[in-house]
Amino acid sequence: MALPKVLGIETEYGIIVRGADSNPVSASSLLINAYISSIARQRGRIGWDFEDEQPSNDARGDSIDESIAPEVETTLVNAVLTNGARYYVDHAHPEISSPEVTNAREAVVWDRAADEIIRASMTHANAVLASDPQSADGAEMIIHKNNSDGKGNSYGCHENYLLSRDLPFGRMASQITPHFVTRQIFCGAGKVGCELPGRPNDDIGYQISQRADFFEEEIGLETTLKRPIVNTRDEPHADAQKYRRLHVIVGDANMSEVATYLKVGTSSIILSMIEDNELGDDWLLGNPVAAIRQVSHDPSLRQTIMLRDGSRATALEVQWGLFERAQKYAQTHGLESVGEAVGADVMAKWETVLQGLETDLDSMAHWVDWIAKKRLVDGYADRHGLAPGTPRLKAIDLQYHDMRKDKCLADRAGLDTLVTMDEAVAAMTAPPSTTRAYFRGVCLKKYPDEIVAANWDSLVFDVGRDPLRRVPMMEPLRGTAEHVAELINGCDTARELLDRLGE
Amino acid sequence: MAERIQKSKPTQETEENVDTAAEAVTETGDKIKADIDDLLDEIDEVLETNAEDFVKSYVQKGGQ
Repeated sequence: MALPKVLGIETEYGIIVRGADSNPVSASSLLINAYISSIARQRGRIGWDFEDEQPSNDARGDSIDESIAPEVETTLVNAVLTNGARYYVDHAHPEISSPEVTNAREAVVWDRAADEIIRASMTHANAVLASDPQSADGAEMIIHKNNSDGKGNSYGCHENYLLSRDLPFGRMASQITPHFVTRQIFCGAGKVGCELPGRPNDDIGYQISQRADFFEEEIGLETTLKRPIVNTRDEPHADAQKYRRLHVIVGDANMSEVATYLKVGTSSIILSMIEDNELGDDWLLGNPVAAIRQVSHDPSLRQTIMLRDGSRATALEVQWGLFERAQKYAQTHGLESVGEAVGADVMAKWETVLQGLETDLDSMAHWVDWIAKKRLVDGYADRHGLAPGTPRLKAIDLQYHDMRKDKCLADRAGLDTLVTMDEAVAAMTAPPSTTRAYFRGVCLKKYPDEIVAANWDSLVFDVGRDPLRRVPMMEPLRGTAEHVAELINGCDTARELLDRLGE
Repeated sequence: MAERIQKSKPTQETEENVDTAAEAVTETGDKIKADIDDLLDEIDEVLETNAEDFVKSYVQKGGQ
């Protein structure tokens, strides 16, 4: 049986400062510190515990390529929030890693919370800039939820899914690849221009994905160079005897809530099918790296890509094939691993989006980012007689992702929403109740002075007696509200909580 | 392969649901098309004043 698909989303945001001297690392630090001090003025900052960080472990066992292991940066700003998320500086970008959740809808809620955290951070950071005599009047921090600067530099929006350790990694990697290559037709965020190395930027007027140009390998450990479609980082942040964590680096950051929902919802279902060995090899691809670019470079959705057996199919045909398999799987196995109700809704929306893509692309402009953005770009080009790829069209592309409310074009594009603003704001400070993120978040809120460090799989308490007490959380589905809400409610102090846990 | 693709299209039973879904989708699509002109007006107001400079100066460090 497929494991419950515990998942999370990590987003690296684009950052610039206008009117003040700043490099991206210090700007990111200023942004995050401004937010943290706004929510916890009297409180010392709770650090991140790096004890168990091992991002260089390779899921294939001994590394079989010459990948350079990623390094953990331990000196930069790193905060844990009461909603269970981690907010930190990663590779010169502010990054928010969402708390662990159990289904696609929860993923959208905490992704929206991350957006609101970024918006609040910008406001507080701008106040700091305004009080700095070195800054120009109106100095401003500008954040984009995108994945590329249009000049060949990319940063990621990653997804993580809990898998069984028993699942053979090689089979999972080859079977998930067709989905990772073709799902962009409904979850690509769209891009003006081309960033393929060695090819002129204006070679392609408009493409489906922000990220596709940056993928050079089918499988590997890299995340910043020679990026692979399937990443092999083996760092489960949970009991490594029982679990894997599939670290997905191939997706775009979405402004559309439905796109995020479909991206993680369909991927969760397909991963469950692979765990239950119900996906099959019908849709394996001949050349995934070439295919991911071909699909991205064809907004007509008419070009075909080569399958492993030498035949050809469009991305839409591959998606219909995967969808139909998923439909059969839902009938025979149920969708409990992704949440029955959410799973059924994901299936319905998946069918609707494929049908819409097949009959009338523009009909999906309220769900699919690349279509919503393309409509703006094409309409504006028509109205002003602009050639493809001109800077003003690139400005529309960029501003689609602008996190400033008064500038964001995605906010004006008529996208459907799944989450209310109240729900998103509540999730800025409240953790999901369904995973260990509940224990992490609620403890941080209730015992801030007694927690000295936190991590995905542990909390470290200092209750004034030596040594420090580390509470391991190796099971992502323990520490939920159901398990510990009563316990925590009954403990006024962290010392009491630790005593009760030790009983 | 062509045969397999044919087979993998939705079954008879789901075709009907799809038709209903497609109608709803088209309705939404019509509304969206009507809104595009207003939206383009708004873009002129909202777009960065020096959009071209803004794009040129937008350089990020590569991340993950």
